[in-house]
Amino acid sequence: MYVEMRKICKKFGDYEAAKSIDFGIEKGKMAALLGPSGSGKTTILRILAGLEKQDSGDVIIEGRVVNDIPASKRGIGFVFQNYALFRYMTVYDNIAFGLKVQKADKHQMKERVNEMISLIGLEGLEKRYPDQLSGGQRQRVAFARAIVPNPQLLLLDEPFAAIDAKVRKELRAWLKEMIEKVGITSIFVTHDQDEAVELADDIIIINEGNLEQMGSPVSIYKHPETPFVAHFIGTSNTLDNLSGFKGFEGIEAGKKVIIRPEFVEVFKNDNQRFKNLMDATEEGIIKKIAFRGSYLELTMLVNGVLLTTTRSLERRSVSVGEKMRVLLHRVYLFDDTNAEMRAEIYKNELLKGVDIEML
Amino acid sequence: MKERREIIVKWMLIGISFLFFIIMLVLPLLEVIVRALADGWDSYCNAISADHTLSALKVTLIATVIALAVNTVFGLAAAWALTKFDFFGRNVLSTLIDIPFSISPVIAGLAFIMTFGRSGWMAPVLDWINQTLGTDIALVFSVPGVVLATIFVTFPFVSREIIPILYAQGSDEEEAAALMGAKGFTIFRKITFPHIKWGLLYGMILCTARAFGEFGAVYAISKTRGETFTLPLEIDALYMTGSADSITQAFAVSSLLVAMAVVILIGKNIVEYYGRKRK
Repeated sequence: MYVEMRKICKKFGDYEAAKSIDFGIEKGKMAALLGPSGSGKTTILRILAGLEKQDSGDVIIEGRVVNDIPASKRGIGFVFQNYALFRYMTVYDNIAFGLKVQKADKHQMKERVNEMISLIGLEGLEKRYPDQLSGGQRQRVAFARAIVPNPQLLLLDEPFAAIDAKVRKELRAWLKEMIEKVGITSIFVTHDQDEAVELADDIIIINEGNLEQMGSPVSIYKHPETPFVAHFIGTSNTLDNLSGFKGFEGIEAGKKVIIRPEFVEVFKNDNQRFKNLMDATEEGIIKKIAFRGSYLELTMLVNGVLLTTTRSLERRSVSVGEKMRVLLHRVYLFDDTNAEMRAEIYKNELLKGVDIEML
Repeated sequence: MKERREIIVKWMLIGISFLFFIIMLVLPLLEVIVRALADGWDSYCNAISADHTLSALKVTLIATVIALAVNTVFGLAAAWALTKFDFFGRNVLSTLIDIPFSISPVIAGLAFIMTFGRSGWMAPVLDWINQTLGTDIALVFSVPGVVLATIFVTFPFVSREIIPILYAQGSDEEEAAALMGAKGFTIFRKITFPHIKWGLLYGMILCTARAFGEFGAVYAISKTRGETFTLPLEIDALYMTGSADSITQAFAVSSLLVAMAVVILIGKNIVEYYGRKRK
């Protein structure tokens, strides 16, 4: 492991921002600390950087315990949430600052700063001040400023929060490309799961100071280990029970159910592909159809509960009030009276022996 | 109908403001100039070059320069402490800074006498210092006392100007600089100072203006004309003498203070102009 946090605890008064956080990230990987606001993810990042001191636990970078090493000596580049560019310095001076305070050779410094400016594609804007730049350009400067001294680890605190939605997507791709180009290990904090899924090799999900789950985006999506993760990732409906649904009679009373749109299949009565599974379906009425660009989002009333699912635009058209067959092939179960319990998958018993992924 | 009423209100407010301004400020100040020159140019020059006047001018300048220097340093330190650190007693300190604004300056002067005077509880400490160092420093009825009183009444100006700027700025930029390895003084010089430059200058100007004109606190602690009197005290003394000549002299000396005030006012406007432009 290149970067490791071991049993990190941190309290601010009564508020526990980190409750024994443990994780490690391999060299060259990009990890996301993902969680709702106030979950403690920024605190964890700041402890890693040395901007905040943990109450207990160890921070290890490249096999070395850095607990007592000040932030400036940890070899870390940090991109602040609002970039914290020096308002009274030009783009050039902003990027050169780190080298200047380290008393780098003037000639080399100039070369390195210019190299950075051309890397981020801001040639010609060296003499501008931060308030003369767009949000995206500011982020580029912040990125260049963070990596100019060649740090081994790059930390980014909500790198896209200050940018409007339109430019955000484009910048995500840019940042990913840059980080791969530079080949630097990086960790970023975000509350946006799309961002985490798109950028990160590993996602670390934080909630109320706890590490809920760590893994690749796919594994977190497909195998959520805790009720929180099951809720937080993807869109989902939560139901108190599934009474009246065929194939789910075996669910213990008291357990709650999380249903994702992709667990729900909706088709017309005369559908050919699912004709052998008609016995396992329920009748549902379309309550709402929302156009989502490349697909439709259907809200179905089934056995007195509302389920959400998606439908490809390539399929036959449907209308509100239409009766459809609804196949629920699996759900997540959890027990919210028992925090220790992991979320589990429960498959529709009527589909035993059927591989739904093959259909 | 509504529009007409608005116009009437507008001109009424403008009229009242101007009337107030003329009666309360312009006419009295003109009166000072007119009275100062009532006995002609020669006697005006004599009045402002009299020994007592020059001594008072000197004391005023000494007190102002020292108060300005001390309050700039302490104001910066206090503003920095209040905005960048979270510590026990922060709110108390924040309130204490404003005391000179809320307390009558005379009380401040009297408090100094009670503390440092012959029967004050600090007197033995002062005696001990004087004996040990072989000095002869007296704080009450002396120039150092005048300086102290001036420092006291002008204390809040610098810090009160900077605190809102530092609050608004937050500490992100400083943190970023520290992370890159910059040390405390470099951070202050390169990052913080450019932000507070104009506010600081503005605070210093207000501090200077107040130090020139301070009367109450200095009055309590300064009793020797020609030695520890400041310009406002000298004016008061001349005026209280009551003869026609000395009253004219009082106005002549007053015109000095008015001139200093005008210079400060111009400086203040220049600073405000550039401060706004930079934003």
